[in-house]
Amino acid sequence: MTGWAIPLFQRELRLAVRVGGGAFVGVLFFLAVVSVIPFGVGPDLHLLARIGPAILWIGALLATLLGLDRLFQADRDDGSLDLILMAGRPLELVVLIKCFAHWVATGLPLVASAPVLAIFLNLEPNAMGAVTLTLLVGTPALTLIGAIGASLTVTLRRGGLLLAVLVIPLAIPVLIFGVSAADAAIHDPVPFLTPFLILCALTLITGVIGPIASAAALRFSSN
Amino acid sequence: MGILNFANPTRFMKLVQLALPWLVGLCAITFAVGLYMSFFRAPEDYQQGNTVRIMFIHVPAAWLAMMCYSVMALSSLGTLVWKHPLADVSAKCAAPIGAAFTFIALVTGSLWGKPMWGTYWVWDARLTSVLILFIMYLGLMVLWRTMEDPIKAGKAAAILTLVGTLNLPIVKFSVDWWNTLHQPASVVRMDGPTIHPDILIPLLVMAAAFTLLFFTLHLMAMQNEILRRRVRSLRLRAASTARPARPSSTIQPAE
Repeated sequence: MTGWAIPLFQRELRLAVRVGGGAFVGVLFFLAVVSVIPFGVGPDLHLLARIGPAILWIGALLATLLGLDRLFQADRDDGSLDLILMAGRPLELVVLIKCFAHWVATGLPLVASAPVLAIFLNLEPNAMGAVTLTLLVGTPALTLIGAIGASLTVTLRRGGLLLAVLVIPLAIPVLIFGVSAADAAIHDPVPFLTPFLILCALTLITGVIGPIASAAALRFSSN
Repeated sequence: MGILNFANPTRFMKLVQLALPWLVGLCAITFAVGLYMSFFRAPEDYQQGNTVRIMFIHVPAAWLAMMCYSVMALSSLGTLVWKHPLADVSAKCAAPIGAAFTFIALVTGSLWGKPMWGTYWVWDARLTSVLILFIMYLGLMVLWRTMEDPIKAGKAAAILTLVGTLNLPIVKFSVDWWNTLHQPASVVRMDGPTIHPDILIPLLVMAAAFTLLFFTLHLMAMQNEILRRRVRSLRLRAASTARPARPSSTIQPAE
């Protein structure tokens, strides 16, 4: 398996990072969303500190949704998706590797930029750490859920908006537990670990459901 | 296999034409009885007065909203596992009906909420999960509309329906958790601990009427969808025979 998995991962990563890949647009969008929120709700630092984790999570969700159509669309356009489908490798694993590479290219920069953006939102250091940790655990789930929507809409010419509509209801549990865990670290009405472990569980569940459903959708879309 | 006998759409259409008049009649009678019982027979609530009668529309609609999704999930299994030719027709036709029932449940619920809770909308766990169900219905309907080929659209929608089936319990659980975290000891409670038979019987009659309504509408919609697909394949055939000279034009397989 390692014979083809690592080259595939490197290929995906290279395509995402180089010119035309658009890996870092997500981070810029994240920055734009977070900096636009204070104009909407006002510059009150106490309020921002209270809703800061929620803003960061919603920003990360939107930024992830924005980049999801890149997951299969470019491969479909140049025909390499058909080659991948015909290569005889387990498609579920291929999807999982593609998701992982996509997350490293688009999700990991979001996680890395979260502490910086948290400064704008007046978060305490421990809240900053909690939000970053929950994003680190939670954003892979967003990518994996998004893979289902991306593969369902891969044949459509302008599927980006539909993709977001299909994915958002599925992403709600991740959002709830991500924000709850981050809030729990700040106000601690419940211990941090309870929602955090559920968030980990959700990521693991989507790691199974996402590739299976997405691979099925890709197979049906091709023939 | 009883279901496989109806894999032939023509046989299915015949059966539907036989069953529909009976279903329509039965549905009308049950509705008449149920509405009479719930609006004239059932007692007023000692606290809520006449507004309690909203329940006789609201609760069956909410039940049907969930039942409709399970019909869609079963049909999706039929599409993906058994490749039953009518399964995706059934799934496609159930989605708008389910969305309509969900919408009725949401609207009657918020109309009931205004006099009872003083507000049209509360981010209560139950309301929120029904709202998410509504969004999922709409998403599925949009997905059906975006793909031209009904077979492909059927498979894509089946995958999304099944993922949604797995997701809905998780949403329910997480929304419950979210709500109790943010507003504990909520005042939102539907009713007392038990339901008196005076209210329970009209409620069950109304639920039966709504179920019959669902099956009537569903069968009618399936009939229309089968006819629509026949028209579509006839048109494709006509279009492909109209220009036979071009070797590049591929003949679409009809259905």
